[in-house]
Amino acid sequence: MNALLDIRGLTIDIDRDSGPARVVDGIDLTVAEGESLGIVGESGCGKSLTMLSLVGLLPNRIRATGGVADFAGKDLLAMSSEELRRLRGSQIGFIFQDPMTSLNPVMRVGAQIAEALVYQSGMAKPAAMERAAELLELVGIPSPRDRLMAYPHELSGGMRQRVMIAIGLAGSPRLLIADEPTTALDVTIQAQIVDLVRDLKDRFGMSVVWITHDLALIAGLADRIAVLYAGTVVEDSPVDVLFERPTHPYTRGLLASLPTLTDKPMSRLPSIAGTPPEPGRRPPGCPFAPRCALVTAVCTTSVPRLAPVAGSAPGHRAACFVTAGEGAS
Amino acid sequence: MTAPLLSIRNLTKEFPVRLGAFGERAATVHALDCLNIDISEGETLSLVGESGCGKSTTGYCVLNIQRPTSGSVIYAGTDIAQLDDDGMRPFRRDLQIVFQDPYSTLNPRMTIGEALAEPILFHGLARKSEIRDRLHQLLADVGLSERFASRYPHELSGGQRQRVAIARALACQPRFIVCDEAISALDVSVQAQILNLLLDLQQKYGLTYLFIAHDLAVVRHISDRVGVMYLGRLAELAPAAALFVQPLHPYTRALLSAVPSTDPRAARTRQRLQGEVPSPLAPPPGCRFHTRCPLARAQCRSDVPPLREVVSGHSVACHAVSSPTATNWEHSPA
Ligand SMILES: Nc1ncnc2c1ncn2[C@@H]1O[C@H](COP(=O)(O)OP(=O)(O)OP(=O)(O)O)[C@@H](O)[C@H]1O
Ligand SMILES: Nc1ncnc2c1ncn2[C@@H]1O[C@H](COP(=O)(O)OP(=O)(O)OP(=O)(O)O)[C@@H](O)[C@H]1O
Ligand code: SF4
Ligand SMILES: [Mg+2]
Ligand SMILES: [Mg+2]
Repeated sequence: MNALLDIRGLTIDIDRDSGPARVVDGIDLTVAEGESLGIVGESGCGKSLTMLSLVGLLPNRIRATGGVADFAGKDLLAMSSEELRRLRGSQIGFIFQDPMTSLNPVMRVGAQIAEALVYQSGMAKPAAMERAAELLELVGIPSPRDRLMAYPHELSGGMRQRVMIAIGLAGSPRLLIADEPTTALDVTIQAQIVDLVRDLKDRFGMSVVWITHDLALIAGLADRIAVLYAGTVVEDSPVDVLFERPTHPYTRGLLASLPTLTDKPMSRLPSIAGTPPEPGRRPPGCPFAPRCALVTAVCTTSVPRLAPVAGSAPGHRAACFVTAGEGAS
Repeated sequence: MTAPLLSIRNLTKEFPVRLGAFGERAATVHALDCLNIDISEGETLSLVGESGCGKSTTGYCVLNIQRPTSGSVIYAGTDIAQLDDDGMRPFRRDLQIVFQDPYSTLNPRMTIGEALAEPILFHGLARKSEIRDRLHQLLADVGLSERFASRYPHELSGGQRQRVAIARALACQPRFIVCDEAISALDVSVQAQILNLLLDLQQKYGLTYLFIAHDLAVVRHISDRVGVMYLGRLAELAPAAALFVQPLHPYTRALLSAVPSTDPRAARTRQRLQGEVPSPLAPPPGCRFHTRCPLARAQCRSDVPPLREVVSGHSVACHAVSSPTATNWEHSPA
């Protein structure tokens, strides 16, 4: 399989009054043609900024300062904003985390989807409206034709998210980047969206990058999962291997925090003590060291690199001196 | 029995909307239809159900953020559903909400510190000299460092904003909080931390929560009771333990069977609820679930099933379920 998206050594800095603060610190990620990659990680660890940097939509005062991001052989980070604009929608579908900030509040949702279609594929307006209704139907919105007239505030939270999903899929992209697209969706509709995306992937070879904190959802969708912590990839693994053999102590902590349908109600859930380092204030060694139960001397002085997990499946890598790579027991 | 903290009676909300390609037809969204629930002090009542079934609308109408079309909400002897903004003012501090969409509720021109200090100072809950400590405590409670006080909402990640919204609701030391998908954008470790915090506050101060969430494992974990909504009505209302062990309404059964699992193989073979989600623009007559229900019979197409208590504390709105044992499941293909 060829890599459709290949990110190497990506760094992103926030320009603070006190000087630049590094928020994404050398991320490597690849997504093959037709593959779906799930991304999970601590709130604030740089997932959204990483994805925004790929399509040239980083906010003011935040810049990608290093690395490359090859998409079908061309470096996205080196493209002009005009080139990126053309790519967005037609080649790369993007679903933003915050529907209320990316939908136009004074424009009816049908017109918004149709506008995207007209822009991306040069479709005529009436045909675009027709297609917009089909897309709303695909994402499970009842009475889709009637809902074309709704303003975003007239829709429920989950419906707004599905409008975003419809816009992301509108241009039949080769790569879909979805940033927490289903946080407001109940399990039945989530399942329907996951089926839809998997179907597009199987039929048209669409590649998918799906950011979520919902481990059960991603278990059913992703081929591989990358776990991010403080702006770096700390574990990267085929999906079934990750759940069978979580290796990085942060990944283990995440899985342990998960409430299940069999735990003791009202009990305290285990959570990882402490808080992640802030951008620009990361410790010298492993970024997880201050919160890690397995920390050793080397962890506080050197930065562990992503390395194969000894004795695990091929393609399972973790960045940890104790549980993976050189020095692992 | 002590009197409930909030009594919700026949709460109904309809939205007039325009339809058609040119907005030429007027229509009504039947978002909430005759909801009745008593919420006791110190309990966590959760609402679950399909996207668009009226959970957020319930939260808004209970707090009179959206004026209900009809019905009442009795709090402290007053029907707050009838009050205008001025009338609501004395109740606002007690009754807080964490909105589903935190971005739209935080003022983009206020720093996080200002946004959190505002309700504290407004309600006179701390002196100016104490405010700094109070802010740091609130931020620490939701897992954010004190440095966030000087940041603006747009400088935060999605999950960080959601935690600020939670801190803001807690800032005025309320008695009742509507948490509308309040933890849905958080990674599971921070989620666990917030759930622990909510449980702690409940134990210490007897806080009451109306908790809206789609994650059923979370709901099971923190709820005393769970209401399952379908298209603007309650389908089932039961103690959490009973609901997850013995769901009685056909819709609840379908919903629980759709819960994904972290086993990648199981996740790919789970059941789906069949049939179209009907539209709240034209809800089906009778039982609103009959178009998708494996047990539907003639009566279901014409008569609205009342919410009946079939076991102590466990109520179901279904013609086919008259007791926990007489549920006619034998006829069910599911
Ligand atoms: N416009 C901005 N200005 C300054 N800092 C920002 C800005 N946007 C994000 N940040 C900071 O950069 C870090 C990474 O943010 P990002 O939105 O990528 O996180 P995330 O991993 O998507 O988190 P979440 O899961 O909560 O959405 C956070 O600590 C955030 O506070
Ligand atoms: N201001 C409004 N104008 C018109 N219709 C509205 C308005 N607000 C909500 N609705 C409609 O009311 C119904 C219930 O919406 P509500 O937001 O309560 O759903 P929900 O259960 O919270 O869904 P979700 O899980 O997706 O957040 C939906 O059909 C929605 O489109
Ligand atoms: S009332 Fe009839 S249609 Fe409704 S849930 Fe019960 S059996 Fe199904
Ligand atoms: Mg994000
Ligand atoms: Mg809602």
